[in-house]
Amino acid sequence: MLIRPPAPPDLRASDITPESLYLTRREWLAAAGLTVGAIAGAGALLPRRAAAQQALGTPYGLQADDKPTPWADVTGYNNFYEFGTGKDDPAVEAKGFRPRPWSVKVDGLVKKPGDYALEDFLKGSRVEDRIYRHRCVEAWSMVIPWRGIMLADVLKRAEPAAGAKYVEFTTLYDPSRMPGQRSPVLRWPYTEGLRLDEAMHPLTLLATGVYGRDLPNQNGAPLRLVVPWKYGFKGIKSIVRIRLTDRQPATAWNTSAPDEYGFYCNVNPTVDHPRWSQAKERRIGEFLRRPTLMFNGYAGQVASLYAGMDLRRNY
Amino acid sequence: MTLARLRERARAIQRPWWWRWAVWTAVIAPGAAVLAALLSDLLAGTRWLGSNPVKEGELVLGELTIKYLAATLAVTPVRRVLGWNWVQKDRRVFGVTAFCYGMAHFLWYALLDIQLDLGELAGDLTKRTYIIVGFAALLVMVPLVVTSTAASIARLKKRWVPLHRLTYLVPVLGVTHWWMSVKADVTEPLIFTATFAGLLGWRWWHARRDNSLHVPTPSARPGPA
Repeated sequence: MLIRPPAPPDLRASDITPESLYLTRREWLAAAGLTVGAIAGAGALLPRRAAAQQALGTPYGLQADDKPTPWADVTGYNNFYEFGTGKDDPAVEAKGFRPRPWSVKVDGLVKKPGDYALEDFLKGSRVEDRIYRHRCVEAWSMVIPWRGIMLADVLKRAEPAAGAKYVEFTTLYDPSRMPGQRSPVLRWPYTEGLRLDEAMHPLTLLATGVYGRDLPNQNGAPLRLVVPWKYGFKGIKSIVRIRLTDRQPATAWNTSAPDEYGFYCNVNPTVDHPRWSQAKERRIGEFLRRPTLMFNGYAGQVASLYAGMDLRRNY
Repeated sequence: MTLARLRERARAIQRPWWWRWAVWTAVIAPGAAVLAALLSDLLAGTRWLGSNPVKEGELVLGELTIKYLAATLAVTPVRRVLGWNWVQKDRRVFGVTAFCYGMAHFLWYALLDIQLDLGELAGDLTKRTYIIVGFAALLVMVPLVVTSTAASIARLKKRWVPLHRLTYLVPVLGVTHWWMSVKADVTEPLIFTATFAGLLGWRWWHARRDNSLHVPTPSARPGPA
């Protein structure tokens, strides 16, 4: 059942796309060689602004005060331990990383396994722009305009076999290109997992870009997972393998600290992290904290996945 | 021997004229810089403290506390090894500075980070072990700072020294707090664990050596019969 969540009707266009975004978009247009510099006059600006807005996509569950986090923060404040444990390490350490050529393997309990070049892997899926809230387990949050494809598309094409219940994702393991993997802060390669129904959910994205551009390396180029109702670390980066399985896969943070990070990791203001409360969050760029929303504000779309489950035990 | 000669040379070094300025700059500048950076980031939109200035400033103040604790505990070894008796005066300044940064770290957390959410504060101070340990470190420093004045030293006489041995407890609590607060990368807590192990180990080794040099005869020892 694929129901696209509708945009709330009370959202004004001006709430979604601030001036700085138009500028970003225009820079990108210019870089792409699409500048219409020859066309003079203010009239030319209007269609470009409209196009920019369209590129940023429909606001999936956005609220009026969810303003996209500036590019500098989205690409400069990252947890990507493969490139260092400091928040500003990945932007520096991943500079020379080359995300192409890239291949992705889809295997395990599927009828049509395969090993694809990234271009072939993406072929046939509709690329969409979606603005999602992003809530880190460390109690900070952002609003990010992602670009990507629905994971469900990929899985359906691979045709899950009867016994498939979970999806396991694996990040590239190559310490020569990912210097953080030379120290054992986590068990490498990073792995993550979703239940098959979570993976098939229409909100679940495989992102290939942010702000209408290709993913910067520090954001998980060239392909990363985005599950907006879960804590950010579920969004595994630089994916090389997607494996369907009948058993709950081991995940990096659960392996590292099982008492602090479970398998589900749904955003839940009522279940504390053992070391801090999850009731509030600091939106990057804001001083006052705001209350954290159940399932990060996507309860209407995803709460039914967890009906009858004790979310305190299945954290 | 070169080592002996180096030591001799070091012993000849007198307190330079700029020393007190260097100490006061080292004490005040980092705190002033953090505060200025925060204000600039919040009010003028700069990025001195990165994308999350409140969190970053909090971490910087915590690290400064640990660093000044290390400086405090380094004074005596430096004095004994290099013969720089003139650094002894700075020990109190470093100790009080460590307390001030610890207090600033706590106030920053309470006022700016959790923004005086009293429920959360109460929860943190009762449920979260690493916060309890960090708060204990701060509390232990209170009597030390209060009795750091010349008047207190005169008034407490012989009791001042045993009281101020509590200083050794502070880095143990402080570094434990740091270890427990870290998600995965323990490099920095490890470095300071090694530093404090060295500073406290040196004292232990010295005390043992001194004891073995002049063993007090039991009869000479004062105390209850």
